[in-house]
Amino acid sequence: MTTADITVNHLTARRRPRRRSRRVPSWLKWALAVGTPTLLLAAWWVASARSSSTFFPPLEEILTRFQQLWLFAHFPTDVVPSLANLAGGYALAVVVGIVLGFVLALVRPLRWLLEPIIHFVRSIPPVALVPIFITMIGFGNDMRITSIALAATFPTLIATMDGIRSVDGTLKDVSVVYRLTRTEKFTQVYLPAAAPQIFAGLQVSLQIAFIVMIASEMLGASTGIGALTLTAQQSFMIADMWAGVLLLGVLGFVINKLFDLVKARILAWYFGAKEAQRDS
Amino acid sequence: MDHATPVPRLAVDRLCKSYGSGPQAKEIIRDLSFEVAAGEVVCIVGPSGVGKTTLLKCITGLQPLTSGEARIDGQPIDGPPEQMALVFQDYHRSLMPWLTVRKNIRLPLRHLRLGRAEENQRIDEAIEAVGLSHATELYPWQLSGGMQQRVAIARGLAYRPEILIMDEPFASVDAQTRFELEDLCLRIREQFGMTILVVTHDIDEAVYLSDRVVVLGSKPAHVVEVVTVNLPRERDQITTRATKAFVDERTRVLSLIKNPHRQEMADA
Repeated sequence: MTTADITVNHLTARRRPRRRSRRVPSWLKWALAVGTPTLLLAAWWVASARSSSTFFPPLEEILTRFQQLWLFAHFPTDVVPSLANLAGGYALAVVVGIVLGFVLALVRPLRWLLEPIIHFVRSIPPVALVPIFITMIGFGNDMRITSIALAATFPTLIATMDGIRSVDGTLKDVSVVYRLTRTEKFTQVYLPAAAPQIFAGLQVSLQIAFIVMIASEMLGASTGIGALTLTAQQSFMIADMWAGVLLLGVLGFVINKLFDLVKARILAWYFGAKEAQRDS
Repeated sequence: MDHATPVPRLAVDRLCKSYGSGPQAKEIIRDLSFEVAAGEVVCIVGPSGVGKTTLLKCITGLQPLTSGEARIDGQPIDGPPEQMALVFQDYHRSLMPWLTVRKNIRLPLRHLRLGRAEENQRIDEAIEAVGLSHATELYPWQLSGGMQQRVAIARGLAYRPEILIMDEPFASVDAQTRFELEDLCLRIREQFGMTILVVTHDIDEAVYLSDRVVVLGSKPAHVVEVVTVNLPRERDQITTRATKAFVDERTRVLSLIKNPHRQEMADA
């Protein structure tokens, strides 16, 4: 019986009563999350109220211009096309990144062939690629979508490759022993197992896509949030420029929040398992 | 007792396994042979680190053999055979954490194309057998170790293999659960007519479960002796373990493990 006894002791040792970490109450978190930005905005409002500086107009003026420009005069003509480019380029990057990452992780010769090139291209700052695409494709939306897609592919691609290659050996053995079909293996085992890493890549890709969206509009374009903001700066309409920057901030924030929502939903099992591990 | 059927369900025949080659080769298993008849429960016991898991991986086609062969119904195994299911030692890593208990059990059944009704029936039966009916919609990480192990066993059961192989299946569950799972193991042999091969390091467990016990010696792994357990087929955790016959068998197996060489010399 000794073996069984040892096992029992070992088990109880691992299941000590939960040590409750000193958690910050959620109401306090919320208060901080809402309170701090509100406080900063109020401080900006008060401090800039009587500003006569050309470069730092009163917040009130900026918000007025914000409302006049973006709600909703330029919304269909500039915001929607920008976001459409972002969505198109990002979607392309996600599909190419995941599919190519999968293939490269599983086909070793192909990985040896392409990996150096991938690492070279991805070390070029994404924004630097925009001029190349302008000369090749021109100033249209195609150029913007291509730039966004190319720059945003790499983080997803590399994360997917790493994720697939680090799938647990036991899970692979399980799929072999139970003779899962190739499709089942890929969609039911490899993809979910790599999902936490893939999502980390997707998040970086999204941030890069957002940067390149703006950058691609600041070069030679006349429409889009980036173009409008840059034009405002060049024609000394400083409040308009600030309004543009503010919009970018809001958009970036909202897009990231949406991403987090999707991630929390799809990776619910992963965060749940991590929590369970921490509590035990 | 005569176990000899013309062709054993599972035969391991002079199996050798080494890693690497040339002078650096590490010999894990040397000339290992044993047979398991249909409907038999056989346990493999041996010191830890002897290469029991490697042996199972060779038998289940997960790793190539260096020489010799393993056969199912006379057919050499050269890849994971469809008549076999394996319950892995590290069960918490062998379950998909993104699938609920029910979906974990369902996953290997999909490609069998059983039809929805048959599929559900098998899953329900397996879940019922391991006593997890209340937990089907939970995720593995919401369960205790013993419950996770039952899910892994249920997955094997629902697959309805002819041969169920388990690698130290009850190593990390508490004593109570261990007894329940051992009895479960004997019950499914009767219920589904499965042939069961269990690797364990617990001698009591091996004697309690088995028709025969394969005692392994180490460095490299080899068969010291195959012990036929002289106990009635019906076993009971309390009464069987208290019998003199049980204690005798246990002593026999234990002395073989402690002193493999004496036995080998006696054989020679």
